[in-house]
Amino acid sequence: MNAPAPAPPLPLRVRAAMLLRLFAIQGVWNYETMLGNGIAFALEPALVRLPGGRKGDAYKRAMARHSGYFNAHPYLAAVAVGALARAELDGVPEAQIERFRVAAPGPLGSVGDRLVWAGWVPLCSAIALLAFGLGMSPAGVVLLFLGVYNVLHIGLRVWGLHAGWSHGLRVAQALGNPVLRQGPAHVARATALVAGIALPVAATGIIGPGRVLLGSVLAAVAAGAVLITLLHGRFEGWRLATLALAAFVLYAMVR
Amino acid sequence: MTPLEFLALAPLAVLGAVLALDVVSFPQAMVSRPIVAATLSGALIGQPGRGLAMGVALEFFALESMPFGASRYPEWGSASVVGGALFAQSADGTAAAMTGAALAALITAGIGGSSMVALRRWNAMWARKQQARIARGSGSAVVALQLGGMSSDLIRGGLVTLLALTVFAPLHRAITATTEVPPTVSRAAVVAVASAVGLAAVWKVVRTTAGARWYLLGGLAIGFGIAAGLL
Repeated sequence: MNAPAPAPPLPLRVRAAMLLRLFAIQGVWNYETMLGNGIAFALEPALVRLPGGRKGDAYKRAMARHSGYFNAHPYLAAVAVGALARAELDGVPEAQIERFRVAAPGPLGSVGDRLVWAGWVPLCSAIALLAFGLGMSPAGVVLLFLGVYNVLHIGLRVWGLHAGWSHGLRVAQALGNPVLRQGPAHVARATALVAGIALPVAATGIIGPGRVLLGSVLAAVAAGAVLITLLHGRFEGWRLATLALAAFVLYAMVR
Repeated sequence: MTPLEFLALAPLAVLGAVLALDVVSFPQAMVSRPIVAATLSGALIGQPGRGLAMGVALEFFALESMPFGASRYPEWGSASVVGGALFAQSADGTAAAMTGAALAALITAGIGGSSMVALRRWNAMWARKQQARIARGSGSAVVALQLGGMSSDLIRGGLVTLLALTVFAPLHRAITATTEVPPTVSRAAVVAVASAVGLAAVWKVVRTTAGARWYLLGGLAIGFGIAAGLL
């Protein structure tokens, strides 16, 4: 495959406006168009640069096209937004843009879900839980969690927009980035290790001086975790927990 | 609840609104995660440490539910504000304080999740009404739809927080006044249930990755060693 042509410059204020709008890409998420309106919303600062500006036909056709159904991971949607902005401003034929809009959501959704929702969020939670268990201050725990989490969060949005703009509709190459391909497995292993350490340490930190109860708590945790795992797909753990705590409160009130 | 007490809930309702907005709409920076949201809620009451303790317990629950696309999940932003505030405003040593606050937070999370589903249906309906303008390529219709959705989500979060606090604050006071469960037992009950949910959630995440279960077992061994004072 030929190397992509060098990306033409896009003014910094346009990139900044697109990046800011990317943070609100799910502002009107719904079950019919999903991210669709958000894609058009994030693209709009670039589409204004089409011939004729906001009143031009090219702008109107592009806005109508991009507000239709689109589904992807919200952070990695930045890749699609960058690529689509480049394609529109380069005058790529509509059919080619439509093909990209159909093909891009799958990979952008699955990579993002595995890397961020199933990997990075639990890892950052585990790091913060461990910090609490080891006695870090409330401000320290909050700043640690937000700092670590948002390095990847903001990084992905900035990188995605840049990669999409640089590669245009050939952006699939950018998804071969080692962080995206091998990252989820490494993050899952790190999550397993840190969460394993954090769960007992944080639990002990909450119980506080009543550590004589620790044996009973551990037995309940093991039994509960096995039960929830067995019920997976039929009954969510938090619902089961609500029932258990409601029963505990009622028992405590009437005994 | 007197009008003055109701007014006192306003700052918490605003915090709940902003944090609920973060869950999906803007900016998804995870300030809505319980470990952050409950701490901020506790800090607003002057007890960030108690807010954090509640946040840690709720974070175990939140490990189970991730915001995958169209899936339905509890809304932890406003729920954590409710849980953190209820636990933070009860004095240290209050009977059943953590159990009552965690229960209120879990119920609020469920209601918040349902309200998000309703909002998404509302968004779809509103988008259909704007369809003709959007099909003509109206940029202002796209922007108005986006801002309208975000504003609705902000209001939704504020209302969920306000209503939950209005209902659960007196209930929480009643629970803590009528029970004699020692605080340590109350905390242990919450920790046992929350940790079970958290452990099952971590297992669900790591079981599909080669070798990850050994990392989890190794981590648990180290964690128990630290908790027992052996390391």
